[in-house]
Amino acid sequence: MSWLTDPLGYDFVLRALAEVVVMGATCGAIGAYVIVRRLAFIGDAISHAVFPGIVLAYLAGLSIFGGALVAGLITAFGIALVARGGRIREDAAIGIFFAAAFALGIVLISTRQTFQGDLTGFLIGNLQGVSAGDIAISAAVGLAIIVVLAAVHKELVLVSFDRTLASALGYPVFALDALLLVLLTVTIVVSIQAVGIILVLAMLVTPAATARLLVDRFVPMLLLGSVIGAAVGVAGYYLSFHLGTASGGTIVLLATVLFVLAFVASPTHGLLGRRLRRHPQHAGASPAVDPPTGHQHG
Amino acid sequence: MCGVRNGSGLVLQGVSAGYGAGLVLQDVDLAIPPGTLVGVIGPNGSGKSTLLKAILGLAPETGGTVLLDGRPVAEQRDRVAYVPQREAVDWSFPVSAEQVVMMGRYPHVGWLRIPGTSDAAAVRDALDRVAMADHGSAQIGALSGGQQQRVFLARALVQEASVLLLDEPMTGVDQTTEQLIIGLLRELRDGGTTILHATHDLESAAEVSDQLCFVNRRVVAYGPPAETFTPPILHSTFGGELLIVHEGEHTHVHGGGHHHGASDQ
Repeated sequence: MSWLTDPLGYDFVLRALAEVVVMGATCGAIGAYVIVRRLAFIGDAISHAVFPGIVLAYLAGLSIFGGALVAGLITAFGIALVARGGRIREDAAIGIFFAAAFALGIVLISTRQTFQGDLTGFLIGNLQGVSAGDIAISAAVGLAIIVVLAAVHKELVLVSFDRTLASALGYPVFALDALLLVLLTVTIVVSIQAVGIILVLAMLVTPAATARLLVDRFVPMLLLGSVIGAAVGVAGYYLSFHLGTASGGTIVLLATVLFVLAFVASPTHGLLGRRLRRHPQHAGASPAVDPPTGHQHG
Repeated sequence: MCGVRNGSGLVLQGVSAGYGAGLVLQDVDLAIPPGTLVGVIGPNGSGKSTLLKAILGLAPETGGTVLLDGRPVAEQRDRVAYVPQREAVDWSFPVSAEQVVMMGRYPHVGWLRIPGTSDAAAVRDALDRVAMADHGSAQIGALSGGQQQRVFLARALVQEASVLLLDEPMTGVDQTTEQLIIGLLRELRDGGTTILHATHDLESAAEVSDQLCFVNRRVVAYGPPAETFTPPILHSTFGGELLIVHEGEHTHVHGGGHHHGASDQ
């Protein structure tokens, strides 16, 4: 058991574990919306777009967290605004903002050699360097996100499932969309320190997608995604500690392994499960499930 | 129109609507008394869906006014229920039939509150009325097309609305579901609900509806089937798109053909 307990003797390990639990749980929860609303690409754009915000804040000696948040929000709403006109589709708008923001970050960083050492932490994450203050911020933000998600839960699910009904019932559809984008941006910004810009998207998408393969209800999906996020965070960190590998990358790879397992072996949605249902003699009394019907003209 | 007194019922005055540059629907004037079952028919892209959306206040650039019992619908949106076209729904969403029906209750529940026992009872009752009581916990995508349509009808029922709008409710459903929907629509009509259903099935529309509303960018004709289901009106609505099929002793009339996946404006 010493491989489990020995690392706990170090303070930086305890801090890193606390951070990955908070980050994994928050990403897993908001990830449920990323999956059902198909926000993965926009999340990717936001996570890259915070980069110039971080560099500018660093240049100006301002809060890096604040710089990242402002840059992320500008990107999220810039995309929404350009795509809303209808002339440019959302995927193109995302591509434009994504590339422009990241290019701006690279140009800024190239102006001074000294940046590179200081700022690469944000690209690949730096769990070892997490401070008690960082954890407090992450925990407070994570808690606030959970409270907001719970408070407007049914309205967010309604607008996600059926925008037309939500509008018809007089719900503020655009305000609810904007709220979701803000929550997503805030989650990305607080997670970047732990796993880095490149990998934050994986923590938003992979645990939630794994959960979706295992359950067919939204709330269980959100909770399970949250648990998976926290669990792969802890297990991945341990792995990286013993293997001497990069912690962010190890966590994401472990999450991916879990996803592949669920994709193959999920009782309801996995490849094996489907095969068993197609040949019921192998699966005992497994009930036949109607295929989802898209178009049936009768 | 006769039957509308003191502005009761659904009244459309000079309603125009469209997407982008062109108007899909122009100058619609209708007065539909409470307890009327109206079949909305017209070729693809004629503005059937847009007419329903204009009543909901969801069609872009809507002009004119829509009144319900003398007051703008925009001020009393919870009194209008809507059953969307099947193509508009994300069937992979992780939600159960019961939860979909409950969404119709949300305006009754209110913000920052969770549905109570009376809402749960309303949902059970509505599922029972569409013969789906045994499938409440099924994931929405695991149901058959007819069952899915009944769930959406149940969602409209729990809204306890005065106006019910259905976009192609019979498309892609089985015979049992079709009969069940027709029975329910008549029952609701008898209870005073104003119902508009857009449909491709002209004969069924003529058989089921109290009034027919022929739409092609404007309202071509509005009246009881006996007066409006006539070759001249059918021709001026559908033009060359009318398809008459002889099948044994029966003659079938199809308007606009069948559309697969295409969204009808």
